[in-house]
Amino acid sequence: MADIAFRGVNKIYPNGFKAVYDLDLEIQDGEFLVMVGPSGCGKSTTLRMLAGLEAISSGDLFIAGERVNDLHPRTRNIAMVFQSYALYPHKTVQGNIEFPLRMAKVSKDEVRARALKVARMLELEPLLHRKPGLLSGGQRQRVAMARALVRDPVAFLLDEPLSNLDAKLRVQMRAEIAALQQRTGTTTVYVTHDQVEAMTMGDRVAVFKEGRLQQVDTPQRLFERPVNIFVGSFIGSPSMNLIAAHVEPASDGLALTLAGERIALGDGLAARFDNPGALAGVVAQIGLRPEDVVDPHLVGADQRLHGRVVMTELLGREQMVYLDLRDGTRVVARLHADHRLHSGAAITIGIDPARLYLFQADGRALAYIG
Amino acid sequence: MRRVVVYIVLVLFSFLCLVPIVWLVVSAFKANADFQTYAFMPPVDRLTVGNFPSLFRQMPFLRFMMNSFFVAGVTVIVQLFFSSLGGFALAKYAFAGKKTIMGIMLATMMIPGPVLLAPMYELIYHLGLIDSHLGLIVPGMVNVFGMFLFRQSMVSVPDEMLQAARIDGCNEFQIFWHVVLPVSRPMVGAFCLIAFMGTWNSFLWPQIILQSSDRFTLPIGLNQMVGVYEADYGAMMAGTLLAVLPVVVLFFLLQKEFIAGLTKGAVKG
Repeated sequence: MADIAFRGVNKIYPNGFKAVYDLDLEIQDGEFLVMVGPSGCGKSTTLRMLAGLEAISSGDLFIAGERVNDLHPRTRNIAMVFQSYALYPHKTVQGNIEFPLRMAKVSKDEVRARALKVARMLELEPLLHRKPGLLSGGQRQRVAMARALVRDPVAFLLDEPLSNLDAKLRVQMRAEIAALQQRTGTTTVYVTHDQVEAMTMGDRVAVFKEGRLQQVDTPQRLFERPVNIFVGSFIGSPSMNLIAAHVEPASDGLALTLAGERIALGDGLAARFDNPGALAGVVAQIGLRPEDVVDPHLVGADQRLHGRVVMTELLGREQMVYLDLRDGTRVVARLHADHRLHSGAAITIGIDPARLYLFQADGRALAYIG
Repeated sequence: MRRVVVYIVLVLFSFLCLVPIVWLVVSAFKANADFQTYAFMPPVDRLTVGNFPSLFRQMPFLRFMMNSFFVAGVTVIVQLFFSSLGGFALAKYAFAGKKTIMGIMLATMMIPGPVLLAPMYELIYHLGLIDSHLGLIVPGMVNVFGMFLFRQSMVSVPDEMLQAARIDGCNEFQIFWHVVLPVSRPMVGAFCLIAFMGTWNSFLWPQIILQSSDRFTLPIGLNQMVGVYEADYGAMMAGTLLAVLPVVVLFFLLQKEFIAGLTKGAVKG
């Protein structure tokens, strides 16, 4: 097990494409870090540089204090699970699991014992003599995990390991991987484009966009305190609503103008921003999560927005309501399903200033307290 | 109805293909005197097994067969090793001049073999390999056709599998040996058969290189039976029949993989 540190790492491909920019990232010993972002954001490239499968163009990569830029993958003692699992089709499950140990010239008895131990842990014992072609997706995934775990690696890298599984199995394996990581305590770096996986599995989550690390933080803080519009809208499902707005001083503090209406901010912002007075004139957009739309009766008359329902989706106890505000801005709200709404109906929604996200014109979030 | 026509055509063609084989088998049991009288099949009571003892009396047939086995066996193993290794490099590595190298390789395949006989003879002569089995093996160690065959089959091995092996502790040769070559097994079977047949049947080059009769391979040995004034066709056909058997046996052993390998190459082509 070991700390991992990226220091000013860049990746530029021979064709000039820059995949990763100035990456500075520290991963603690035993930590479960999830790298998340849309496709082409550089998360997989970062993982592959860590594995040694891609050369680092500039900057330094340290594993356990040792600079590993020029080390071959096999000397890094890192294990990896690939999206396609990359099992060896000509070997049995047992042969696959034992392979890394055989390559490391571990004694035969120990190879057997360790492979069996890992196979038991992952409930693969009955399948040991089967070839991968005869296994289901979930079983293959487990074999790939076993092959990675058997080595006692310094770090465990997973590249979208669940994306080939069906939804039900994905949820199950998500929990299994997280539990396994807690049991083994191995430093784990997990790449995914699925923000639900990121939020539920990682100790910390690193969000990437277009080759740049946007933010790295605990899932909770990422959700509550996104550093910019991208992180705010990427984390959370459905995405946060972004509405053009500006803040200006009013008789009773600050007021927000959006969609042709005024929302009194009162002292709701004081709890979250260290200097609410400075927000006037700086805010360009607000972020409003669909689940943060509140019942209009719970807020003051000057904290409501009016619109018209465009479409609704019923999700059991809740409904997703797509509505157009007065100026035509489309907003999604997650509301209780007690009172079904129908398209064309007029609707009033409540805004709780304490739950708003405020962004500047350049997309950066305004400073939070603490 | 269409099916019936197709089957009739197929049956006709298989008869055409079978004729030389049946002719060979019949001739192996035909007395020398009957070769001129009966073009194809003599009356059954005239068939004889006498050609076989005659064959063994006239030449060290088993010795020739062992020579052929040795030359073909070693050539196939060496060719398999270098061709698959070369195919692996062409399929899975990016290196400067790769396209040029492949172009040159392809060009060498267009040069007819006999054109190379003289320069190759000179080369082998200077290497001191005339009249030796090494003189047969060395020129055939690398097979361009084989490299392309393996390249085609190895291109379809997923890169992630190679990367997994790299992470699992393999160096580049171990990746080839433990992962890529076993995964390409159908092609290995197909290639072995093609290479074995090529070497086993090879006539012209051994005829030029070999001088001592104790080093002759089967085709050269059998050819000795054609004299200036007479030829023992019966014994020669008996020898040919025995010479064909190992190839037939090998084909049946590798049949499944041979066909799988060929179709794989065809689809991925």
